[in-house]
Amino acid sequence: MSEPVIRVENLRKNYGTVAALRGVSFEVQAGEVFGLLGPNGAGKTSTIEILEGLRTPDAGVATVAGIDPQTAGLEFKQEVGAVLQSTSLPDKLRVSEALALFTGFYRRRADPELLLRRFQLEEKRDVFYSQLSGGQKQRLALALALVNNPAVLFLDEPTAGLDPQVRREIYDIIEELKQEKKTILLTTHYIEEAERLCDRVAIVDSGKIIAQGTPRELKHSSAGTTRIEVRLAKQVSDGILNNLEGVSDSREFEGVYVLHSTRPPQTIVALVKLLEAESNELQSLEMFSPSLEDVFLELTGRRLRE
Amino acid sequence: MKNTWSLTKIRILLALRNKTFMFFGLIMPLGFLFFFVLIFGHGRTGWIAYILGAVLTITVMGSFWGLSVQLVMFREQGILRRFRLAPVGAGALLASSIFANYVLILPAVAAEIIICREAFHMVSWGNLWAVFALVSVGAGTFSAFGLIVASVTNTMQETQVINNLLWSAFLFLSGATVPLAVFPVWIQKVALFSPATYLAMGLEASTTGYIGGHELLEELIALAVGLVVAFEVSRQLFRWEPEAKVPGKAKLWVIAALVPFLLFGAYESSFGNQLSRIQKHFQMLDRQTSSERAR
Repeated sequence: MSEPVIRVENLRKNYGTVAALRGVSFEVQAGEVFGLLGPNGAGKTSTIEILEGLRTPDAGVATVAGIDPQTAGLEFKQEVGAVLQSTSLPDKLRVSEALALFTGFYRRRADPELLLRRFQLEEKRDVFYSQLSGGQKQRLALALALVNNPAVLFLDEPTAGLDPQVRREIYDIIEELKQEKKTILLTTHYIEEAERLCDRVAIVDSGKIIAQGTPRELKHSSAGTTRIEVRLAKQVSDGILNNLEGVSDSREFEGVYVLHSTRPPQTIVALVKLLEAESNELQSLEMFSPSLEDVFLELTGRRLRE
Repeated sequence: MKNTWSLTKIRILLALRNKTFMFFGLIMPLGFLFFFVLIFGHGRTGWIAYILGAVLTITVMGSFWGLSVQLVMFREQGILRRFRLAPVGAGALLASSIFANYVLILPAVAAEIIICREAFHMVSWGNLWAVFALVSVGAGTFSAFGLIVASVTNTMQETQVINNLLWSAFLFLSGATVPLAVFPVWIQKVALFSPATYLAMGLEASTTGYIGGHELLEELIALAVGLVVAFEVSRQLFRWEPEAKVPGKAKLWVIAALVPFLLFGAYESSFGNQLSRIQKHFQMLDRQTSSERAR
């Protein structure tokens, strides 16, 4: 295998007494889209910001194209592009001015006009930043990340807080970048995003990587169970659902019972019988194919959205 | 240098689109001028030039207020961290703030001079070259002080408190509002340690035309040294991120920024003749006013 473009080895970072990163290690190959999937506070942003050179690690190694972002200085920034999780631009800066300004900082420059067209911002070229919608701001952030036509891109929660329609638009853009063979490190807490966009995913929790692989590999590792989510009229005692036919695991999250089953039809029949016997009622039932959410649940006992 | 120039252009553009800037950068300095002329210069043409010097001082000193507030706001809003991702150094960003600020005060400076001469019948144009030199260096020095304030404060509220304290000291202990010559000698000596005093003394002497440009060398050197030291200190203390803490050594750096003025103040209060010069000018103005009244 060729030399990885991004290499992270035993990365550690503390904020006061809080350990944000507790030995994170992974590698990203050229042209690969690698996702860090985890809940808020898992350590995803700390990892990506260390790689961007915005934060200093307490220990460990982080390199991008063989360069240490901590010591490389401005030269390193010529080579990478990034979308930050929380950032802004001056309110009274027009879209076209922002693109022209940032393009001017780099030696290798993309054409700002092409970027405006590509990110559907042509009509907004003379609009102030403060007048853009959330989705338009995010498209501009992506356009700004590409002004130097970088080979390596860092995207920190690129669709967080956006409505599903805009999120899908951003997915299309990232898929285009993937086709252009850019190496992308992406953080997200959306399962759909990780499954759709990433070649490989590392599941992060409490500052550690708890699983790593292609989405397919990870889902297979979760025993290939189907997730059944049910709401009941009355609560049932702990563990009773665990004894249903085919159920490998059951947990309750805020009134929703989440069952993992290897034989869903038999499980549902058994559930209905149990509810009849207990004079309980089924209020809703949803079934899901195995997903990364299930992998996370299996590994941590918590849901990703918690 | 190219990045500094690009950022300077954008900063100027952003300021011109900001109503607050138009008020504080243009309307307020002219308001000061009209107010001072009305109160102190009414019927005393000789005083107009002196008032112009004082108002120019206030206009130039205003640099530090606007810049510190803007930089802290940019940091709090996460704007600085977007620039941090780009190949732009702190030096370019800070230098652009100073250049933009300098360009932006020039219209107010020009308007004040022209209004004094044309509308308030100022006796002469004074020494315009000296005025230009002092405004240029002074704007840089006070902008750099603003950048230091922005670096050592964490929030907008903190910035406002520090700005208010500094502004009051600069305003009342420099001769920009009350002529230094009317204060007791010990206050005059304390004022010699303030950068604002060198700006006010220089500008008041230049607008009244009482001295030639070469006699302002001390003021210019004091302000220029202050500019270089304050800029370097602001570069060392600069923080891109809102959560980045002010380093412990910051206080030492702030003291370093004051060292040139402590040295100039110590020299001036022991061996200098600045205080006797402003006393002499003040008496000349007084005599001029008395003769105007007699006529």
